[in-house]
Amino acid sequence: MTTIRPGVGEPPPEIVGDGHKTTVAVSSTGLPAGKAKSMFQLGFEVFIQNRLAIVGLVVLVLAVLFCFLGPVLYPTDQVTVNLLNVNLPPGPGHPLGTDETGYDQLGRLMTGGQVSLMIGFAAAIIATIVGTIWGAIAGFFGGWLDSVMMRTVDAILSIPILFLLLFLVTIVKPSVPVMIFVLGLTAWLVPARLVRGESLTLRVREYVQAVRVMGGTSWHAVLRHIMPNVIGTVIVNATFQVADAILLIAYLGYLGLGISPPATDWGGMLSNGTAFVFTNYWWLIYPPGFAIIIVVVAVNLVGDGLRDSVEVRLQRR
Amino acid sequence: MIGYILRRLAQSILVVLVVTIIVFILLHQLPGGAARAILGPRATAAQIADFNVQNGYNQPLFVQYFRQLGDWATGNFGFSIKLNQSVSSLLVQRMPKTIVLGLLSLALTVIVAVPLGIYQAVHRNKPFDYIATGLSFIFYAAPTFFIGLVAIEVFSQNLGWFPPEAPQSDGVGPIFAQFDAMVLPIVTLALLSIAGFSRYMRSSVLDNLDQDYVRTAQAKGASPTRVLYHHILRNAMIPIITLLGLSLPAIFAGALITESIFNFPGMGLLFWQAAQASDYPVELGVVIITAFATVAGNLLADISLAVLDPRVKL
Repeated sequence: MTTIRPGVGEPPPEIVGDGHKTTVAVSSTGLPAGKAKSMFQLGFEVFIQNRLAIVGLVVLVLAVLFCFLGPVLYPTDQVTVNLLNVNLPPGPGHPLGTDETGYDQLGRLMTGGQVSLMIGFAAAIIATIVGTIWGAIAGFFGGWLDSVMMRTVDAILSIPILFLLLFLVTIVKPSVPVMIFVLGLTAWLVPARLVRGESLTLRVREYVQAVRVMGGTSWHAVLRHIMPNVIGTVIVNATFQVADAILLIAYLGYLGLGISPPATDWGGMLSNGTAFVFTNYWWLIYPPGFAIIIVVVAVNLVGDGLRDSVEVRLQRR
Repeated sequence: MIGYILRRLAQSILVVLVVTIIVFILLHQLPGGAARAILGPRATAAQIADFNVQNGYNQPLFVQYFRQLGDWATGNFGFSIKLNQSVSSLLVQRMPKTIVLGLLSLALTVIVAVPLGIYQAVHRNKPFDYIATGLSFIFYAAPTFFIGLVAIEVFSQNLGWFPPEAPQSDGVGPIFAQFDAMVLPIVTLALLSIAGFSRYMRSSVLDNLDQDYVRTAQAKGASPTRVLYHHILRNAMIPIITLLGLSLPAIFAGALITESIFNFPGMGLLFWQAAQASDYPVELGVVIITAFATVAGNLLADISLAVLDPRVKL
């Protein structure tokens, strides 16, 4: 599912243009005035001006607060089954009603969200680290090692990820750490490809060759010069990985192979809601569904914003 | 050209071989091995040893691998543990249905996404463009099963326009005979790829709009319509071909979800039921076939790209 990544939400070109105008203050002599800004500052300024990205960031922070601080302000029992309060519609005491085992739906949205967000972020971090190392090694050493490593990536990519995940989940019993591990292990392919591609092009750049001419070792070139330039692309991809992981964990939960009850995630909640489509218990379907959409859209907006700021940095390289 | 095709073909064969190695490794990760999976938890050690000898699981790993590879190459994917049917006969039954579902939704995707992307690019940063972009954002972020559930709830449950379940009988015929039952599955499966494809189409047309050849065509007096449909469209379609190849795994995965929502007896539903029942020969058979189809699809996309686009370096 990671294979198609449209350029969702590229901002209209003028936003990037604005970034240019403000980042380079030109004095009357036509030379940049004052101290040159660092790459990071440039990228940061572009990101700050991307309104959609900021909206995404704010929504994401709100979602994290809702899931992790929410239960403190709105404590609910998410462990004991309460069969007297089953499938109550939204009303006093239960703003979003209750589900088929009597859990308060709003509270469940919070605890389920904790699992979804935690797995999403952790899996993205693992995938990014594994993928970066894999891609850097392949791109750096080249030759037959590169072909073997990249054909392996191609092979795993050609197995639909959901099939692979379902198979892995039938072998191991799903718990939060296991899910993080399994999702991370299947999601590192795209960052591996990106990093390999980047390091292949960077390897022949003038400044990297200059390091070699000056007698720097290859490892020095990789660690000090290639890695810092790859990191932007990697971080951008990591945000998209978060979105993908949240979706994938939802898919697994929907297919009944996610986290075991009483713990749950948004996908698992939706899966339970499936049984009640024909009874019109809408409060069991729409809240977790919209929660997933809102968080994934927010993560994608942040990712797009980051990509634009990285691209500005690339243009100035 | 021939050299390029041969090189790509060799690469694809290599990828398929790596896939078989991965699947072979997965097979050996089954708890207790294949014997335990088939004979069940109450099998005695003697029975398991016997089974391993009978099926060659006591031989060295590489011997087992090549034997397995030979089986796979001749279309022998073993026997389903739960359905008492050979995996290849199951695949023959189910695969055409998934392929038809996938092709119909891909066709819908291209029919909707290409004109949408063009329109958005030509009328960029207008209200319609913003609305379409926003919608594509949402559909791209929406899990397929949520779209499917909402579709059932709204169009089947509340409005009663379409049945909530796909045609159940065997074969491809019923898909067309009861087409009203296929509308929701096809649209559900297509929405995600429409969101992706239209974004690509939009930026692809945008990239082409300020190319030199467009200015040349305009300077020569070609009408805006002719420039758009004769010059830009042909170039802008190129990434869509690659995208068609790349989106195959997503289609298969989406089909798994869509088929489980609408109870459509295709390969995805087969896989899901096999996964729930730990019917590993079926799972592995489906994985190998879909991976093979994906590699073949990518190869086809690359070759047609090379044929269509003279700029592709051969």
